[in-house]
Amino acid sequence: MEPLLAPLVLETPFPRGILPYLVGGLLVGLGAAVIYLATGIIAGASTFLESTLSYVSDVERFNRFKYIQSRGWRVVFTLGIVSGAALWGLVLAPDPTIWTTDVQWWRLLGGGVLVGIGTRLGKGCTSGHGVCGVGSLSNTSLVNVATFMAFAIGTAQLVQALGVSP
Amino acid sequence: MSDETRSPWFLPVIYVGGLIFGLGLAVSGMARPEVVLDFLQFDDFGLVFVMGGAAVVTGITFAVATRYLDRAPLTASEYTRRVKEFDRNVVVGGVVFGVGWGLSGICPGAAYASFGVGNYPILWAIGGMFLGAYAQGYVRSLTGSEEGT
Repeated sequence: MEPLLAPLVLETPFPRGILPYLVGGLLVGLGAAVIYLATGIIAGASTFLESTLSYVSDVERFNRFKYIQSRGWRVVFTLGIVSGAALWGLVLAPDPTIWTTDVQWWRLLGGGVLVGIGTRLGKGCTSGHGVCGVGSLSNTSLVNVATFMAFAIGTAQLVQALGVSP
Repeated sequence: MSDETRSPWFLPVIYVGGLIFGLGLAVSGMARPEVVLDFLQFDDFGLVFVMGGAAVVTGITFAVATRYLDRAPLTASEYTRRVKEFDRNVVVGGVVFGVGWGLSGICPGAAYASFGVGNYPILWAIGGMFLGAYAQGYVRSLTGSEEGT
């Protein structure tokens, strides 16, 4: 995949500006910090997938104590994420509107399956490893993030080069 | 942390924290797979500020809390860092996650946020994530592999 990585010459590396990214990132960190300071919990978004499966599945792995014990608040955390995004998208945004993606369904489904496998196998996702793990300067997380970044960039560029858009 | 030591404020605070977290994901554009794909295709490097900004805030918070604060008020838990054991799965999982993220432009937290902004097609991705999580849990329960989280 390396040869496909040749970067484009850009007019600006930030065509949407920097502010929304920075403000959004600080808010993501703040949300995690509020939960951490109040409860000591380092919240990642992907454990919800497995802990929620324990409600409907007998598979041993999903019914371990730490999932059963945390599944309630993980549902609440996820509902919070959904509401916070709705608050911005449908109320506070400069142009409040329902937004839908043009990315094709098979990319979402196929990518979703791989994300579901990978995040659980790799012990975390973009919030667990990427934000909280990196914030903890954990070598495990730094290795995981470097790995998924490299493969995500390679995959996205390969898919683009094959003419799939979006 | 056990239920007996949990304050009645526990779930409300988790909800508010999640709300701020989701607000940030929406403001930053991470709820839109197109914005993530633009980053991965080197068309817009803004995502660096999202992960960087968030990691700086959690980094400072973890550093201050582990050093200067005693116990979390709502659970009486000690403050710790997020340090997980390293094994081969961390790399293998990272590869699989990366390919999935690069294919779809969406990760778990951003997918929940995406549903919040009304993006119902993201249910394909959320459904896929549950399928994938179920598949790995099923296989690992069969093989008795207990490593990882």
